[in-house]
Amino acid sequence: MNSFSYIRAADPAEAVSQLAQQSNGKFVAGGTNLFDLMKENIEQPPYVIDINRLDLARIEPLPQGGLRLGALVTNADTAWNELVEQNYPLLSKAILAGASPQLRNMATNGGNPLQRTRCYYFYDHATPCNKREPGTGCSALNGFNRIHAILGTSEHCIATHPSDMCVALRALGARVNIKGVNGERTIDFADLHRLPGDAPHLDNNLEHGDLITSIDLPEKQFKTNVAYLKLRDRQSYAFALVSVAVALEMNGDQILEARVALGGVAHKPWRDEAAEEQLKGQPATADHFKAFADTVLSGAIGYGHNTFKIELAKRAIVRALTTAAAQSVEEPSSQPLV
Amino acid sequence: MNTKYTGQSASRVDGPLKVTGKAKYAAEFAADGLLYGYVLNSNIASGEILSIDTTAAMGIKGVISVFTHENVEDLTWFNIKYKDMDSTAGTPFRPLGSNKILFSMQPIGLVVAESFEIARLAASLIEISYKEYPHVTNLQGELDHSKEAPMGKIGYVQPKSRGNAEKAYRKAEYKIQGEYVHAAEHHNPLEMLATTAIWEEEGKITLYDKTQGVSNVQMYISNVFGLKMENVRVVSPFVGGAFGIGLRPKYNVFLATLASLELRRNIRLVLTRQQMFSFGHRPGSVQRIAMSADLNGKLTSIQHAAFGETSTYEDYTEIVANWSGTMYNCENVKLKYELVKLNVATPTDMRAPGAVTSAHAFESAIDEMAYAIKMDPLEFRRINYAEEDQVEKKPYSSKELRACYDQGAAKFGWENRPLEPQSMREGNQLVGWGMANGAWDALMMPAKAQAILSADGKLILSSGTSDIGTGTYTIMTQIGAETLGLGLDDVTFQLGDTHMPMAPLEGGSWTAASVGSAVKAVCEEVKTKLFEMASKLKDTPFKRAKIKDFAVDHGHISLLSNPSARLSIVDVMRLSGVNSILETAMSGPDPKAKKTHSFNSHAAVFAEVKVDADLGTVVVTRVVCAVAAGKILNPKTAGSQILGSVVWGISKALEEESVLDNEFGRFMNHSLAEYHVAVNKDINEIDVIFVEEHDDLVNPLGIKGVGEIGIVAVAPAIANAVFHATGVRVRNLPITMDKVLQIAEEDKNQEEVPLLK
Ligand SMILES: Cc1cc2nc3c(=O)[nH]c(=O)nc-3n(C[C@H](O)[C@H](O)[C@H](O)COP(=O)(O)OP(=O)(O)OC[C@H]3O[C@@H](n4cnc5c(N)ncnc54)[C@H](O)[C@@H]3O)c2cc1C
Ligand code: SF4
Repeated sequence: MNSFSYIRAADPAEAVSQLAQQSNGKFVAGGTNLFDLMKENIEQPPYVIDINRLDLARIEPLPQGGLRLGALVTNADTAWNELVEQNYPLLSKAILAGASPQLRNMATNGGNPLQRTRCYYFYDHATPCNKREPGTGCSALNGFNRIHAILGTSEHCIATHPSDMCVALRALGARVNIKGVNGERTIDFADLHRLPGDAPHLDNNLEHGDLITSIDLPEKQFKTNVAYLKLRDRQSYAFALVSVAVALEMNGDQILEARVALGGVAHKPWRDEAAEEQLKGQPATADHFKAFADTVLSGAIGYGHNTFKIELAKRAIVRALTTAAAQSVEEPSSQPLV
Repeated sequence: MNTKYTGQSASRVDGPLKVTGKAKYAAEFAADGLLYGYVLNSNIASGEILSIDTTAAMGIKGVISVFTHENVEDLTWFNIKYKDMDSTAGTPFRPLGSNKILFSMQPIGLVVAESFEIARLAASLIEISYKEYPHVTNLQGELDHSKEAPMGKIGYVQPKSRGNAEKAYRKAEYKIQGEYVHAAEHHNPLEMLATTAIWEEEGKITLYDKTQGVSNVQMYISNVFGLKMENVRVVSPFVGGAFGIGLRPKYNVFLATLASLELRRNIRLVLTRQQMFSFGHRPGSVQRIAMSADLNGKLTSIQHAAFGETSTYEDYTEIVANWSGTMYNCENVKLKYELVKLNVATPTDMRAPGAVTSAHAFESAIDEMAYAIKMDPLEFRRINYAEEDQVEKKPYSSKELRACYDQGAAKFGWENRPLEPQSMREGNQLVGWGMANGAWDALMMPAKAQAILSADGKLILSSGTSDIGTGTYTIMTQIGAETLGLGLDDVTFQLGDTHMPMAPLEGGSWTAASVGSAVKAVCEEVKTKLFEMASKLKDTPFKRAKIKDFAVDHGHISLLSNPSARLSIVDVMRLSGVNSILETAMSGPDPKAKKTHSFNSHAAVFAEVKVDADLGTVVVTRVVCAVAAGKILNPKTAGSQILGSVVWGISKALEEESVLDNEFGRFMNHSLAEYHVAVNKDINEIDVIFVEEHDDLVNPLGIKGVGEIGIVAVAPAIANAVFHATGVRVRNLPITMDKVLQIAEEDKNQEEVPLLK
């Protein structure tokens, strides 16, 4: 770990201006990702700006409908918040499928989307990695890439974004409020993360100095027909090989609207809005779900160890859709199928 | 107060110290002016260091020194001096011994600084240029270059064949064959390897080290650094798990000693989790098994060829194929065990080394064989049950494996098991039941113990053994208290110090038997002293009584013939004018018994799994582990040993794998986020059964050790259960969802279904 200066910001404006002055500085919130990366010398910020004292730790209903999640609310407090549980149960489920209770107690809503990939090579200075050191090459491409991406990859990087929370936020159509050097702006959650392309060292579209102040959940709630399915190598405390967030609006057996986002398969939470159209107005049957899954995965590429994810993702989509469709108002908890 | 303790549950005597943080581990001993070390590890797997530039590192404020192969001198030249009690054949690794790189993550430098973080930062600034050689790390790709495993490691014997297995196999109507693979695994105890080195004076050092054998470290350090044995004190009162990683002295203790002697300072060196992947591991293996049986279920041939990995510089050997020759009655057995040299660190014993590896393959094959003749796999094992050791042609001192079958099966409900795979289902989940059995050595080693009984009736026992979480402190206290008729509170057992009488390495599940026998022996001597003193007392009913006339209980001495004639131990000592009694005793195995009998513990494991029919995910929902291990000294601590073994077995079957990237020759998932071990949610019901087993031959205590037997058969029981649930044979551990789905797919595409039809 490098020596660094520690600065505690008093308000968002100060945080932004402090960071803007320090070209390699970093905000720290829960520190559960940043400090790990610093210990391994992956991140070496000379300035660490602590934002934990900022007044961004509230969850508030928005006047026009919807819910604002402060950037400094912990993942745990978000998942267990009554309004979130009631109106956006998909988000609670996704958060609780991630990490461990200790980590969720520290992790924040602003930090979670900005956590970095878990690619082994990214974490190990002994191996080349374009994300860590642009231009050195991608070791995962022909290496042990079992946990890597199958969608939206490039020859320069096949890393995944590891978050669970973000998969739900993508499905729900959240928006991100940002305070930057040039003022405040709001972007679609879909536009927060980016694909690796030829610049895999960039995880997202934020600019230096940008502070996430909050995340807004839209007015439209999915209260009942939701499912978060996470497939991983152990029952808890492991990143997703594939995860699926499903939010359905149903009328009896008919699907009025379907939102399906995937985790563990791409450099960003993956969603195919065009394919979702395919499900609109259809009955909730396995055949329709299968056809939909085939469409979503049609562009998928396997790199050897991770090729299984293509078929697995299809099956996971079908399962998650089936589970979500089978939920009913009387039994909001996830029930075994059939 | 009850003074009959052995055979009864007792909570850990060291429990309160552990849960209140008072138990001190190697990295927790304070010292004046402590300096901190950080180890630099190599990036490549094979080659040499051309240059190593420490200028930038030395420029950091707070850095005291950087040690590399370039500035380490004056160490012994002789290979033999680097050997330790658990060495293998070959040339031991010498940290910073030369510029040669033998494996990835090899230690190549040590930074010593005023704080850990300064040392770590400085280490990252060291510039190294390498000349890389080609490396080989792919076991499966190198099987053509295997060679017979040499002798050299204590306990290793080459497997013996008998009869003509190939011919029997050729002629047989019912036969199976398969190749079984498991990946390398790293120990990953909770506590990292660590050493605090205290510089006492010129040529004299005290080492607080995480180890399973203080004497082994003492011998190694004094040999390598040319110090007098008595000037090297090694202390290790508590060990936060080890599982074998603490058997051989590791580079942490070498480097801490080096720096301490050189700088004349106190040094603490703690490895990081990542560095826990930079030395010995359970070697990956490839095993080929062929087997035949007749329709009555009699095994007619067994062929088992096992290939294990070793380093380029040492030949690590385990007993793998040998077990396949002893477990069942079979006249035609062909066994082979070979090593493949790879650019990896020398593998090291890990819980039930060899037996775990063997059982995975062999007990899966037994299941396959049973299915080939459509026989219940437990029934098949009963038919081929070996009453005596099939290799040595000797009876077992005791073998209650049948009782394990009976009680385990009853508890599990095995009798309700349909034979056909894929015949139990709950919604999306395919349910399967599998079983396997295993054996482990019931060993005993020479050991010494000391006892001091003081005038207040308090007993202090000591022996230089270790407690790696197994319960050594507790059971020794129980044995001592029972032998001398004292309360548990009156007895203190001390361990983990080279100032104490010598004990063997804590490994092989022999500590309870070895150190326990020494403790019993020394307490018997103290008791004899007390009886002698009592018989000399005037005006007591004990006058002129013989030793054999006495008894002890509840802190009192009495006469067998007259139990009401009692005198407290405290009074006996006071009246005799004796302030304390000090005795030392040694015990060891009976060489006569070894000639006539074989000694093994046994276990039968029954497992239930649920496998998602579409997604291939596996959950172990139930395990029953029935163990025959002689007398159980403390069902609570022994039960915990078996529980822990089963948990690890589940972990091994489904999750654990150190993944080598052969391009870099490096283990890539070197953290606990990516090297998966079982977590709470992976563990469901586990039942432990100890069946009754009397054994007067194995040792005076009649015990066999329980540290390892519990894990041996867990992974094959689970693999067999997965087959029963799905009809899919995953012969490659760990059994992950991708393998289940892939093999199911391959099976579907096959013209003939290989097994059942
Ligand atoms: C062993 C382990 C297992 C895990 N498993 C999972 C899992 O299964 N699923 C999952 O989703 N996650 C998992 N995580 C990751 C965890 O969720 C993240 O580490 C956490 O969400 C990050 O939040 P934080 O507040 O601690 O971020 P920090 O570490 O403080 O910061 C992370 C990054 O975000 C930046 N940042 C933080 N807040 C802001 C802000 N308001 N505006 C702008 N930039 C900001 C920081 O500068 C830094 O670059 C796991 C982590 C570990 C260590
Ligand atoms: S996948 Fe991306 S993060 Fe991983 S090695 Fe390649 S470039 Fe680096």
